[in-house]
Amino acid sequence: MIAVEHLKVRVGGFALEDIGFDVPTGQYAVLMGRTGAGKTTLLEALCGLKPVTGGTIRLNERDVTRLKPAERGIGYVPQDRALFQTMTVREHLAFALVLRKAGRQVIQQRVAELSRLLGIEHLLERRPHGLSGGEAQRVALGRALSVRPGILCLDEPLNALDDDTRQEMYKLLAEVQQSTGVTILHVTHNLDEAEQLADRILVLRDGKMVCQT
Amino acid sequence: MTLSLEKSIVLPMNATADPRSRPPDRCRRDWPFFAGLAILSGVYILLILAMIVADLAFTTPQHLLRALASPEIRYSIKLSLISCTLTTLLSLWIAVPTGYLMSRFRFPGKRLMDAVLDIPIVLPPLVIGLSLLILFQTPVGRLIQRVVPVTYAIPSVILAQFAVACAFAVRTMLVTFDQISPRCEQVALTLGCNRSQAFWRVALPEARRGVLTAATLAWARALGEFGPILIFSGATRMRTEVLPTTVFLELSIGNIEAAVAVSLIMIVAALAVLTIARVFGLRAPLERVL
Repeated sequence: MIAVEHLKVRVGGFALEDIGFDVPTGQYAVLMGRTGAGKTTLLEALCGLKPVTGGTIRLNERDVTRLKPAERGIGYVPQDRALFQTMTVREHLAFALVLRKAGRQVIQQRVAELSRLLGIEHLLERRPHGLSGGEAQRVALGRALSVRPGILCLDEPLNALDDDTRQEMYKLLAEVQQSTGVTILHVTHNLDEAEQLADRILVLRDGKMVCQT
Repeated sequence: MTLSLEKSIVLPMNATADPRSRPPDRCRRDWPFFAGLAILSGVYILLILAMIVADLAFTTPQHLLRALASPEIRYSIKLSLISCTLTTLLSLWIAVPTGYLMSRFRFPGKRLMDAVLDIPIVLPPLVIGLSLLILFQTPVGRLIQRVVPVTYAIPSVILAQFAVACAFAVRTMLVTFDQISPRCEQVALTLGCNRSQAFWRVALPEARRGVLTAATLAWARALGEFGPILIFSGATRMRTEVLPTTVFLELSIGNIEAAVAVSLIMIVAALAVLTIARVFGLRAPLERVL
């Protein structure tokens, strides 16, 4: 569950003011708003990548407002996917598990499981260079899901994908949510995405939450 | 797009009455520009190649062999290679963290630090040598010299090279990290990394080509360093003599053939380092393709 109360974030001249919303466990929330409304800033504040100046963030009944990004249990997929150019797809999926010193067998098992779920088994030895937009998105998703986070934050994950790939990704994201039970916060400005995926829609305008359904 | 292109070609063609309305001839419009580019860049390329060809024409294999047979010159080649390599390693040791710090974080005094880092680049080399000499005459400098003799000894050669070469390496690393999006490190932080792990596991591997460029630049700068070494280390044969010192000493006694031969050795060494850097630099994209 994501529960945000009276959140304030200041970045240069821009500020998020008194943001409050909640997303129950296992729900798919879509955060909408125009470019510059503060969607990415809010997502980064949830992930611990932007310092907050006020309010609280509770994730799965735990106050994480002052915790480091690594301690929040959030899987994060940024807008540009930010794949590690020097690593193979397999190394991407294993990255967080290696950090946690998981056993070799556990890592192999999890990589196999994730690559099957995301349909990227044939890409495991490839590096990000040359992957298509949809493939890169699947890898970024797999990397974020590798340690079974309670929350998944997706920043415009379907941006710049063609229509067919977008339809595939709708299906995949719904499958991921069903099979993992993860709570998802998905940022977009595309109404179609919200209609296809959302259990709950949040709308941000000029740094303020103006609508929750 | 096609329509608008056709329009721009067809419409003026229809208006044949007035020759001034004809479209400008594409070749006549563009060739002076390309000719200008070719001439200006060609002049510089020609100058560089002409200098090397002139050196080659001036010297003979006998001159080169005689130079290589000289114990003084062999010593200066050895000292140059060792000191440049040590300077490069020291420069990277400082430049990588400094470049990362300057690129990724805001802190008080950052602008001042940025300006200070430019000092070795803009300062005349002789002034750097003199400043180092004076530094090691201060009480702190003398204290250091009691433990390790620096002035007019081999450590002074490395320090003089390092003082200049490191600034170039820092600039290279700063630009390298500026060009790498911090987003990857942010993702690494959410995946469980602390700052140090994000640097070692994500940022540094991504910056590997920049590290190689910084190393090449530092090595080449160190190889050519003369002014600070002359002042701070002296020009004592078989002691603090590096290749530029040899060129200077041979010229000063009128042995131009040896000076040119040593210059050619330096050109070959610099080209070898450049080639190694290019080969390693090209391997990454090749790996991606394969």
